[in-house]
Amino acid sequence: MTASTTVVESSRPGDEAAVTGLITPRVRRQHQRPLVLTISIRGLSVLGVFVAWWLIARHVANPSKLPTPLEVYHNYGYLFSHEDLWGNLGDSLQRSLKGLIIGGSIGFALGALSGLTALGEESVDIPMQLLRFTPFLALIPLFITWFGLGEKPKIILLSIACATPIYLNTANAMRHVDRKTLEASRSFGLSGLRLIREVTLPLSLPGILTGLRFSMAISVLGLVAAEQINANSGIGAMLFNASGNFDTPTVFCCVVVYMLIGVCFDLIVALISALALRWRAGVAAR
Amino acid sequence: MTTTESSSMNSSSSPLAVRLQGVRRSFGDFVALGGVDLDMREGEFVALVGKSGSGKTTLLRILAGLDSPDVGTVLVPQRRTVVFQEPRLIPSKKVWRNVVLGLPRSAENRAAARKALEVVGLSHRENVWPATLSGGEAQRVALARALVRQPKLLLLDEPFAALDALTRRQMQTLIGELIENFQPATLIVTHDVEEAILLADRIILLREGHFAHEVTVDIPRPRRVGGAVFDELRLSLLQELGVDE
Repeated sequence: MTASTTVVESSRPGDEAAVTGLITPRVRRQHQRPLVLTISIRGLSVLGVFVAWWLIARHVANPSKLPTPLEVYHNYGYLFSHEDLWGNLGDSLQRSLKGLIIGGSIGFALGALSGLTALGEESVDIPMQLLRFTPFLALIPLFITWFGLGEKPKIILLSIACATPIYLNTANAMRHVDRKTLEASRSFGLSGLRLIREVTLPLSLPGILTGLRFSMAISVLGLVAAEQINANSGIGAMLFNASGNFDTPTVFCCVVVYMLIGVCFDLIVALISALALRWRAGVAAR
Repeated sequence: MTTTESSSMNSSSSPLAVRLQGVRRSFGDFVALGGVDLDMREGEFVALVGKSGSGKTTLLRILAGLDSPDVGTVLVPQRRTVVFQEPRLIPSKKVWRNVVLGLPRSAENRAAARKALEVVGLSHRENVWPATLSGGEAQRVALARALVRQPKLLLLDEPFAALDALTRRQMQTLIGELIENFQPATLIVTHDVEEAILLADRIILLREGHFAHEVTVDIPRPRRVGGAVFDELRLSLLQELGVDE
């Protein structure tokens, strides 16, 4: 150790020219973000939306065309007492849940079939892709003539709409499970359903959950279309009717209800992820 | 073991390429490095040996700038490159694009990539996807990627660990030649005592986060496994590592 230069401790590159152009590397560190900060920023972003809404409603837009947040809030009182918002919400959630379960199961099963086997992909993929681009809104009158005015056409419509996102994401996720991991598992004697249950399914779950989130959204957004059929109950029917009557406060109320449903659905998926994807900690890039 | 001045060109008059002073790093309660000093000179080849968990990889990651010490000074050249245990090629880029990863797109760099691949004997594979390479080929691409930048400090993290014995021997010879030509300061982390003796000017033995032993390898190059000096050195290192033969 013959170097005679003194070294100044520093974290900035370029400061140590004394030692023949050597630098202290700048390290990209994973910072543990304080929870308070994370929650505040998320909260502020929501608050920002409401403030922007309020400012536009108050100063830019025509009051009859865009209600302020406060007017929308007051409108809820009316909707709860006169329009049975709770009852409508219950009807709607029941329908979307049925659609989600029926369509989701079918989509998942077909997706698994297509993702796991070449024969499966060859036989179901093209029909599913065609289904994905079918304009269902335009088919509503036909649905009525085929299935009547009751619950049936609504559930069928929602089921078909919910099936494709789960199908697409499941098939894709299962097709792209790491080949080497599968090979290793097979070499240890895993095969068939056991291989799927213990390796393929867990590893493709992130993708499947992405599909589930899309399907969940479609299951409630599809209500607007489905509940046009004999529009007498449901949040989608409420929205459809209010929109036709230019009842803007009610339209906004319904939109906010939709958003809250979306938040609840996302919480459900987050819960599933937290329970089922614990192995992923430390795998993600961020 | 006697610590003699090395006969190779890393005389103590060469400029400093690495300086670590009092480097400590712990993960929770586990102390990976407990205050380490290291000076390396340009052109010097240092091998870091030690058991699993002795802090070898932590030290390499700190030199690479992938991790920073809790305390201590780290001084390294601006241009440094790493060859990891696994090739870590980008699967979505053709081989030659992997070699120039992060470099500006230019005809010179394209030519440099071609040359680097030629040096590691993979000219014929420059336009294929990484997924089609064998393990040894992929690791040679990783080596070409590290060399094309003409690093002042080359860091090798058990680069041959996943290779078969034959490929490993070829790679060791290749690395020895390349480093003789390019003259970066090189630090290799390895479990393999023979590999360390074959390649390094200086071998440092790491034990529980401290430098436990240091020897200068005074065997003329090109080296081959065997011979009295080699065997003596190998035995003493294995004893230091606590391995009985």
